[in-house]
Amino acid sequence: MEYILIIIAAVFVNNIVLSQFLGICPFLGVSNKLSTSVGMSGAVLFVMTIATLVTYLLYEFILIPMGLDYLRTITFILVIASLVQMVEIILRKVSPALYQALGVFLPLITTNCAVLGVAILALGLQDGSLLKAVVFAIANAIGFALAIIVFSSIRERLELADIPEGMKGVPINLLIAGLLSLAFLGFAGLV
Amino acid sequence: MAKKASTFKNMTLTLFLITVVAGISLGYINEVTKGPIAKAKLERTTNALKNVLPTFDNDPLQDILKIKAEEVKDSIEFYPAFQEGVRVGTAVVASSEKGYNGLIRLMVGFEPNGSIIDIRVLEQKETPGLGTKIKGEKFKRQFRGKNPSAFNLKVKKDQGEVDALTGATITTRAFSEAVQLAYDKMIQNQSQTGSDE
Amino acid sequence: MNEPVNQKQNFIKGIIKDNPVFVMLLGMCPVLGVTSSAFNGLGMGIATLFVLLMSNIVVSLIKTQIPAKVRIPAFIIIIASFVTIVEMVLEAFIPVLYEQLGIFIPLIVVNCLILGRAEAFASKNNLLSSVVDALGMGIGFTIALVVLGATREILGNGSLFDFPLTSEDSSTLILFILPPGAFIALAYLSVGFNKLTAKMN
Repeated sequence: MEYILIIIAAVFVNNIVLSQFLGICPFLGVSNKLSTSVGMSGAVLFVMTIATLVTYLLYEFILIPMGLDYLRTITFILVIASLVQMVEIILRKVSPALYQALGVFLPLITTNCAVLGVAILALGLQDGSLLKAVVFAIANAIGFALAIIVFSSIRERLELADIPEGMKGVPINLLIAGLLSLAFLGFAGLV
Repeated sequence: MAKKASTFKNMTLTLFLITVVAGISLGYINEVTKGPIAKAKLERTTNALKNVLPTFDNDPLQDILKIKAEEVKDSIEFYPAFQEGVRVGTAVVASSEKGYNGLIRLMVGFEPNGSIIDIRVLEQKETPGLGTKIKGEKFKRQFRGKNPSAFNLKVKKDQGEVDALTGATITTRAFSEAVQLAYDKMIQNQSQTGSDE
Repeated sequence: MNEPVNQKQNFIKGIIKDNPVFVMLLGMCPVLGVTSSAFNGLGMGIATLFVLLMSNIVVSLIKTQIPAKVRIPAFIIIIASFVTIVEMVLEAFIPVLYEQLGIFIPLIVVNCLILGRAEAFASKNNLLSSVVDALGMGIGFTIALVVLGATREILGNGSLFDFPLTSEDSSTLILFILPPGAFIALAYLSVGFNKLTAKMN
């Protein structure tokens, strides 16, 4: 039950993108096509889960016992950067098509604040445990996927819409993100 | 100047050097800021204490009493205040998990007779502009001088006497619950906290 | 990137032509996340400016010593170190701001603006240009954050820099300090910014 609550809270109530504002760069950057946002979601799911797993263990069993918790930020970002490199290499071998599609954005996962953000937030969970941290990471990745996939579906339709000159491009996208965020606000207080 | 070639030796050496320099400088800054960070944390508590208690001349941080309670995850804290050896009040730190976004932690100052002097919100994650108004003067005013033995600490919707914040009934409920808890625990533990009602 | 014609132009570009927020859409997470008040926007802007300036200086100084293949990890370590310094200094001396900005302080590390400037500018230009670039970009970023923070605070809370503009009882457009308000306010501000720059050209 506790885990279900974590999942609902992370996916809907405190959606990582729409209410916590983490991972906005890929959210706005790779969401013009549905297919790329699905690929991006997959990459984020993979990196976020492993990153949280590794950083949680590092923090609990190395940084804290040695009194080095002030090195948290620097350690975490290095772990994430290396993981992203790994995903890049694996993806290039396994799925060249997807690698082509995500192209420039894969290295950007390093600077996707959602990954680092979730790794840090996972440390602050109440009665934290490794399992809980991993569930939290997966749930947040799903939340990210939900937000970006819904958003890119709307953007695909937007191409056919008649938008006022001044609103074209960035402003209309931000506005739609705002409306989506408003919709997600309706979930507040659910958990 | 030409860039250094990306040989394995160069790469390892460069990253190693950068990491060492970064590590040493961070370690140094950590040493320097450790004291001020601890002091800043302590100051927060003392400031809160000064806010909710009348003038005192003892060190409530020294005389702190912590009691485990089923209702909250962390223990409830009692800070007794004395002026020239006479009890002038108690500050109680209690919390409720039933806020709109979870935990609300308060420090409530009580007079020796149990009346509320003032309340200070220590931690909250409520909705900005709605629930965060529990920190506001206007909301807290209704609790001052009230004695929970005579004042029903429930929102009016639940047949109590507390005026709920507009659009933040849940927050108000959690707030009142934490105040009630602080009061109940103080009464229950009177022998140890020395409050004489 | 070509060497800018002069330092004045180099400085101005970060504020207007290549404004990191309104034009380049960099570092959007803190832009949206911390701007529920003008004070938070200012604090975040200055913290970012500091990290950007220091990392540009260091990167520009040691750029010839870093082998090309490991430059990104090297930049990240440099940036992360300065972020950790900011984190500790804020916690020690401005605890109020430290609490308000919360998780967005460590997240300065992944602010694409900083890594982007290190990679695209400081690693290719001399010290003076890099400093000017960092100042321009950092100030452009700070201005954007303060304007957005002020807009949201005035509309959503009826105050500016915690100074109340309306009476305690009056109702405000709370939407603007809630998450959706961040997106919506930024959308209209960037329309305004585009109009303004179009007119200037």
